[in-house]
Amino acid sequence: MDEPVAVVGASMTKFGERDAWVQELLAQAGKECLEDAGVAPSDVEHVYAANMASGEFEGQGGIMNALAHDLDLLPAYSQRVDQTSSSGGAGIYAAWQSIASGASEMTLLVGGEKMTHRTTGDATDVIASITHPAEYKQGVTLPSFAGMTARHYLEKYDAPRESLAKVAVKNHKNGVDNPHAQFRKEVDLETVLESPIVADPLRLYDFCPITDGSAALLLCPESVAQEYADEYAIISGVAGATDTHVVHEREDPTTMGGVVESSQEAYEMAGIGPEDVDVAELHDMFTILEFLQMEGLGFADPGEAWKHVEEGRTDRDGELPINTSGGLKSKGHPLGASGVAQGVEIYEQVTGEAGPRQVDADVGLACNVGGFGNCVITTILESGGEAA
Amino acid sequence: MSEDDRTPKTTDGGTASADGGTDERPPFAATRYESGAITYPGHPTGPEGTEPAETVDLAEYTGEVVTWTTSTATPPGVRQPNHLAIVEFEVPDPCGDGVQSVRALGQLTTDGVETGDEVRPVYVEELREPGVGIKDEDSAQDWDGYRFEPV
Repeated sequence: MDEPVAVVGASMTKFGERDAWVQELLAQAGKECLEDAGVAPSDVEHVYAANMASGEFEGQGGIMNALAHDLDLLPAYSQRVDQTSSSGGAGIYAAWQSIASGASEMTLLVGGEKMTHRTTGDATDVIASITHPAEYKQGVTLPSFAGMTARHYLEKYDAPRESLAKVAVKNHKNGVDNPHAQFRKEVDLETVLESPIVADPLRLYDFCPITDGSAALLLCPESVAQEYADEYAIISGVAGATDTHVVHEREDPTTMGGVVESSQEAYEMAGIGPEDVDVAELHDMFTILEFLQMEGLGFADPGEAWKHVEEGRTDRDGELPINTSGGLKSKGHPLGASGVAQGVEIYEQVTGEAGPRQVDADVGLACNVGGFGNCVITTILESGGEAA
Repeated sequence: MSEDDRTPKTTDGGTASADGGTDERPPFAATRYESGAITYPGHPTGPEGTEPAETVDLAEYTGEVVTWTTSTATPPGVRQPNHLAIVEFEVPDPCGDGVQSVRALGQLTTDGVETGDEVRPVYVEELREPGVGIKDEDSAQDWDGYRFEPV
């Protein structure tokens, strides 16, 4: 199909510590998304539920079936999408494929996760189970990968430790204006640098929180979108790539091959380059990841991303605002929801619906990272209809 | 699946300890492929699509710390704090005309290790408490392996 794929609706629940279980969270975001677009449940032909570990976290399987039933989408085709922390981005890719292939003319994507009822140790272990057994037996965690990589980056490029802390300060500042964010409170540099060490040299405020929440997007061909809305977004580029399962096998620990490969393919599909991007949502599960993605996406040369942050170029009023939503750092990181929520923020930015977070943006990019760069999805959204 | 199951054959290791004595330790088994590349752990297909050729016992070598961290928020069954490092070994080519680099991640026996320090592998029967985390004790996960000790 040559017709562009459009995003015609978006929603997300409040992120944070929620009483609702994953089934209810998914239904809430999905229902609000259909209402946002004015689309009837009977018009949905495909529904995708992006989720990493509902079975491990709460013993609940079959969530795509539950979602389809709870929203009266029957007999729509339903599928769960799991790609660890990039399940949401993989859901965007799957939903895009369903429309682009002509298999569906209206596809609902909902990503969600329920995590906060588990202890930090238990949740960390569920996430660490994605590692290779040779890594798992050493007690490695995703935060410890971040600690080792951050040390390597700082030593290799002679970057100041404070530059990482400034990522946290920036993203918390942005999150203040996001009503759905888990933390809507600014933090100062001193607070970040004096918070408890989690994985040396990284401290508590270098890490995203454990979060419950859900987010949704509604996709259809552009001609169908025009029946429902004057302003919508076009998915002009989307691609995924995979890096090594064993993290230490990468030649350069500071290069995320999945980010490089997926973004190059997405840029090519969209016919643009990194210089054309007006706003970006990056997967700042750890502050160091924002640097690595900026460099992998071509927003900064290798070893230079920290300077962009130091100089304020990634602030909301900077040359390239990054994580205007507050990012995972402030908004929270319900694993399966995060990639979809990145899409929600970019959709709102390119359609002019971002409220106090609004920047001047016609082209936005979302980079959703699974594991420690193991699987990556890059998505580019552009203004469509009267928003263009 | 154990490390041995993932490798085609063992050509060395299994009896020599770091101090030159003997023990019952299993090898610290990296895999050398037909291309000459070495990885730890091994894979059924190696870099550039080449087949595994033999195993190499990294316990016979010392390595250099590439980077390290001390993790204070550890999962159930893992020591706290957990000192971890990525270590690079240089293994001589079989024909003796060069070396091949291979990296491994592992626990450190102590804190105070810095980037660039030389370390050697030491065998440990239980790196973390079996069955306490999300994986069952009798699962495919093996629980023994090697830590790195400063030389």
